Amino acid sequence: MSQDEEMSSANNLPAEQDHGDGELAVKGDNPFADPGLPPHEHRRTDIDEKAANRAERQVAFLFLISMLATIGFIVSYYAIPKSQIVYIFLLGRVSALNFSLGLTLGVALFCIGAGAVQWARTLMSDVETPQERHPIEADKETREFVFEEFKAGAKDSAFGRRKLIRTTMFGALALVPLAGVVLLRDLGPLPGKKLMETNWAAGKRIINHNTGEPLKPSDIQVGSLTFAYPEGLSEEDEQFQEKIAKDALMLIRMRPEDIKDKTELDWSYEGIVAYSKICTHVGCPISLYEQQTHHVLCPCHQSTFDLSDGAKVIFGPAGHPLPQLKIHVGDDGFLAASQGFQEPVGPSYWERP
Amino acid sequence: MAVVVVLLFALAATGGLYAAFAPAKKAQADTSAQSLTVQEGKKLFAVGCASCHGMNGEGSSDGPSLIGVGAAAVDFQVGTGRMPLMQPGPQAPRKKVAYEPAQVKALSAFVASLGAGPAIPSASDYDPAKGDVAAGGELFRTNCAQCHNFVGEGGALTKGKTAPSLKGVSPKHIYEAMETGPQNMPSFGDGTMSDKNRRDVIAYVYSKQGHEASSPGGMTLGGLGPVTEGLFGWIFGLGALIVVAIWIAARTSKVRKS
Repeated sequence: MSQDEEMSSANNLPAEQDHGDGELAVKGDNPFADPGLPPHEHRRTDIDEKAANRAERQVAFLFLISMLATIGFIVSYYAIPKSQIVYIFLLGRVSALNFSLGLTLGVALFCIGAGAVQWARTLMSDVETPQERHPIEADKETREFVFEEFKAGAKDSAFGRRKLIRTTMFGALALVPLAGVVLLRDLGPLPGKKLMETNWAAGKRIINHNTGEPLKPSDIQVGSLTFAYPEGLSEEDEQFQEKIAKDALMLIRMRPEDIKDKTELDWSYEGIVAYSKICTHVGCPISLYEQQTHHVLCPCHQSTFDLSDGAKVIFGPAGHPLPQLKIHVGDDGFLAASQGFQEPVGPSYWERP
Repeated sequence: MAVVVVLLFALAATGGLYAAFAPAKKAQADTSAQSLTVQEGKKLFAVGCASCHGMNGEGSSDGPSLIGVGAAAVDFQVGTGRMPLMQPGPQAPRKKVAYEPAQVKALSAFVASLGAGPAIPSASDYDPAKGDVAAGGELFRTNCAQCHNFVGEGGALTKGKTAPSLKGVSPKHIYEAMETGPQNMPSFGDGTMSDKNRRDVIAYVYSKQGHEASSPGGMTLGGLGPVTEGLFGWIFGLGALIVVAIWIAARTSKVRKS
């Protein structure tokens, strides 16, 4: 008990702290009096040297495991071939290198943390030490001093008297941020008509996305699904992904008598129809094509379009039908676009006609 | 190659039909293996398939015409157990195969004899070892992933239809499915994909879903993307953090005052 009191006074605890038996009794008439801290209780490691030594060994053991795991990490980095696959219970067949790197680094980091926590829990002092709160406001003299200094400074600079300086300074300060505003121009040129146009144009041949070859009508069988991009686009092109995001096309073939929409039939070639692959809802690539129902389904929000009826929306959140590309067969026998898309592909936007 | 096979089947068809329609005496003279297979197939067809597809595969209100679907379509549908159909429904599910391999071959030969169509591919057409996995992955994501998921786990379509998981599907059946477009799947025939394209796709699917598939990054968690990964992170990742936090904040055992 005497050791406990000694500790409390050494830690400068509040005067009204209850040093006694741990009973938090209400003192006097004030029911909200600070009950103070409960009395400090010793841990086994505080009083038993053997227990303390055991705790020390536990902490050291955790740090030692961490060291071994780090060495294991370095060894596995050099020793395990990149392509080796091992079967690990619950994980399945995984890369031996990834697994051992992750495991050893995880153990190394975890053991450092666990050792530190165990150290703090068993050996570091666990006496609670309150820190008094003080009012944030400065005292009266300091405030008066600061105000006087400010007034003296203002007077000294003649800020109030020399109006020209004041006005021009305000002007300069107001203009400086404009430099930053101008830099926002670097966010890029305005989109202009980019959203309205694609690379499809009259006479552009239709290139098979899989083979890179122009498509002939005989390549497209009833029930097949073919993805295509316009002639002139190359997968090696730096902007290929950006361009295909608008130009992506899907071609299917139906029996002409199955096509219900008059325009669709006019824009098709012997039952081959070409539609934009970009969903008109939020622009997902849409190609879950059911060849018996001619429904095409968007994987993102389940918008469903009926390709036999002008790609009309029959389910889901999409706002308008998929744009169709008018196609014909050129003199060379290959399929080609008769004109560009007549409406913007992809999702709606503010200025969309 | 394809031309030769088609020619063979056409010849077989002629022989088979001749055998079928010719008087018995003359048919006995024709004992070539091919026409025997077709005859065998015709018998099996009459028992197992004709109630929906018609006696000569001409189709009925219950089943489509099989003229011109080719041997590959039959080998896929019957070889994966989808046909014969157990009950009407949104689509025919994969189930236990009802016929012996030789019987499947006979049925294929008979249907092929009804009209020219894609033949059963040869082993070199679909050998996964011959394909380029990386190129196949790109093709798979462009052509197949929208329905079958990016590693072939399958997914839902409309009105109870599904794109099935590709787990454990043999390379031959993958090839045949691409070529013939079973049920609501569009076909990816010669005009759409080259032979090399198809081999690459098969190599990719096999590397993800074959019996030696591996996942170098660790647990696949079903290969379903952010949903299962997020759920796992929330439950096990946060769970472990909470356990550690409780351990850090827990009271250390105290000694009783003496």
